[in-house]
Amino acid sequence: MMMALHIDPKKCTGCLQCELACSYDNEGVFNPAKSRIKVFNFHDEGRFVPYTCTQCAEAWCQQACPVDAISVDAKTGAKVVSDSLCVGCKVCTIACPFGTVNYNASTGKVLKCDLCGGDPECAKACPTGAITYVDANWTGLERCAPGRQKPTPARAQPTDLGQGGHHHGMGWKNSPRRPDQGHVQG
Amino acid sequence: MAWAGKILRVDLTKGTCKDEPLRMDWAKLYLGQRGLATKYLAEEIDPKVDPLSPGNKLIMTTGPLTGTNASTAGRYSVVTKGALTGAIACSNSGGFFGNEMKNAGYDMIIFEGRSAKPVYLYLSNDVAKLMDAAEFWGKSVWDTEEGIKAKHQDPLIRVASIGVSGEKGVRFACVVNDMHRAAGRSGVGAVMGSKNLKAVAIRGTVGIKVRDFKAFQAAVAKGKKVLADNAVTGQGLPKYGTQVLMNVINEVGALPTRNHRDSQFEDANNISAEAMAAKRPTDGKANLVTNAACFACTIACGRVSQIDRTHYTVAERPKYQIASGGLEYEAAWALGAATGVGDLDALTFANFVCNEQGLDPISFGATLGAAMELYDMGVITSKDTGGIELKFGNPKALTEMAELTGRGEGFGAVLGMGSKLMCEKYGKPELAMAVKGQEFPAYDSRGIQGMGLTYATSNRGACHLRSYTVASEILGIPEKTDPLKAEGKAGLVKAFQDATAAFDSAGICIFTSFAWTLDVVAPQLDAACEGGWTTQKLLEVGERIWNLERQFNLKAGFTAKDDTLPPRLLKEAAKSGPAKGLVNQLGQMLPEYYQLRGWTKDGVPSNETIKRLAL
Repeated sequence: MMMALHIDPKKCTGCLQCELACSYDNEGVFNPAKSRIKVFNFHDEGRFVPYTCTQCAEAWCQQACPVDAISVDAKTGAKVVSDSLCVGCKVCTIACPFGTVNYNASTGKVLKCDLCGGDPECAKACPTGAITYVDANWTGLERCAPGRQKPTPARAQPTDLGQGGHHHGMGWKNSPRRPDQGHVQG
Repeated sequence: MAWAGKILRVDLTKGTCKDEPLRMDWAKLYLGQRGLATKYLAEEIDPKVDPLSPGNKLIMTTGPLTGTNASTAGRYSVVTKGALTGAIACSNSGGFFGNEMKNAGYDMIIFEGRSAKPVYLYLSNDVAKLMDAAEFWGKSVWDTEEGIKAKHQDPLIRVASIGVSGEKGVRFACVVNDMHRAAGRSGVGAVMGSKNLKAVAIRGTVGIKVRDFKAFQAAVAKGKKVLADNAVTGQGLPKYGTQVLMNVINEVGALPTRNHRDSQFEDANNISAEAMAAKRPTDGKANLVTNAACFACTIACGRVSQIDRTHYTVAERPKYQIASGGLEYEAAWALGAATGVGDLDALTFANFVCNEQGLDPISFGATLGAAMELYDMGVITSKDTGGIELKFGNPKALTEMAELTGRGEGFGAVLGMGSKLMCEKYGKPELAMAVKGQEFPAYDSRGIQGMGLTYATSNRGACHLRSYTVASEILGIPEKTDPLKAEGKAGLVKAFQDATAAFDSAGICIFTSFAWTLDVVAPQLDAACEGGWTTQKLLEVGERIWNLERQFNLKAGFTAKDDTLPPRLLKEAAKSGPAKGLVNQLGQMLPEYYQLRGWTKDGVPSNETIKRLAL
């Protein structure tokens, strides 16, 4: 079964536990700057939005890479950077329309989400169920029928006081898929 | 491990920044943050120094767990000699600033001297430099934070700064980080302002390691589960925030109202968590937008609020129509019950202004309550206040005075003295509801007896965060005691004080202690850093810290006579509620407390106690 990270910004409290888990698993240190998932804080609206690689089926980063350093993990569908091949040219960071491939100056390579080989640490660390790892076929289904029971096995939510609605501004408007749309990635 | 092992010493007089190794011998005795920074301060300054003089130092400090993924491990503290109190000050803040400091590779920053002109510190891993702050001087916390991020073209910088109140020496000015998290009490912002230090801006990307990652993750996971399974930290705090207490404390008759004239507030429900969550008729939205977490916090008690756009405070001012830091219980009490104001949006606006200009809302609201009583008595008139009617319950008096005090202008400059100096100025010192110069927080000690001893003995002046016996007396954590009885409270207060000092020094939030005992903290600390941390050792550290703070205050000139409460709480009985007819029984609790502490009858640690604690 193909799985995908599912992000529900309404449940996010902005605690950064996902960034801590990601950075430790990949870099061996607690360091949000080295996390492959990032939580954006839309302060004036009281909204927090976790944002990471959507693992596009036809990936811009992969097609842009001049040395074929980005390959597909057949098991998970993740687009994975090979550090031994990456030359740090950063073309993939420009090609990605979402900004989720980033450059790590201390290694001279790029960083991106690899779904932790099929067991994403960010989803395990999230205390509110804002990040879950689910069957990719459920992609977006819960959004076409508001109010019906959600197909994702969301964990208990500590608050029902979050607010829904669309986000305006900060430049996300023009993205093909805005990060607050509860996108399913896969 | 866990400690960065490095401190930054900033000499503002000379304009220099130098690295020093952390005194690991002291870290083994005082752990970190509150304890360790107090040790540095006590060793380095004369406790008798004027807090606003260059001889005072100001320390920003993290704990060993700060920056790790232990729940709530993002705390930092500002330690100095307090401008409001003249006592040891340690003000603890959440948000994201503490992690950034640790992630830049520093456990603490020591500021000393005074800069000739306004400056801010920019710190990014191995770069530390003092920069000209002329363009930010005279600006609010909000504008300073945005301005610094824009100037460095880095939105990920974390900033702690003071508002105009701190520049002008308002005695209860605080240091605000991340727009609305504050090192709030004792006037640490006034000390920062006296040094011409406007802000500290940090970008840290070094990373933090722990001693034994596998053991650490097991201990951290257990801690998180305990928080999630607990009714207070798992459900009550995320859903209602600390504001869940408003109606509870009012019902037990311990909600100080109108400068402690009353201990129940008729409008309590209108300024409560329930009111914040209720949809308003004008736009169908609630005051509360969402809850929010500080760094690494799995509780997420923070409030994000938005004021009704038709409300008089914001109708013509779009800047305040945003979602921003909402009312916590202490702020809602001080801005509301203490002043008799029951207008939720007026309170929320005053709270925004406190964040924007760096005011401690507890001391501001409580001082305004005292001024309102003076106005009610005719001691202050509208001539003094610039025409503003300082009547109890007047929301416009609250919101206008918040803005004036935030800028240190008009009658706001008088309020900015704090209740002690203000009431002395008007010849009514007994009306200052304060201990050691610091205003009471939101619990009336006639209805919660243990809090009277808590306030009287708190090393930083009246404070609920030094021994929160409310947990036991009202909430039954860890076990229920009778709030109306003084018996047994001396031991309870001591136990809470020692444990709290250990929690604070670890780098975590004291709210974890609703669910965690030190038995949950010790394994996390022990896996994070060397030192063999056990519950017993942490209790010893806590007691050592408490006595060190006490010694600092004694050297600063405080005596047992300062371990007292205003006459109102000792002589005027509560008028309503379960505590009706009661005063606080401090005289019954204090001698037993001194004895349990191993102090003399004059409240001085005995030679035996000093030796036992290796002070």
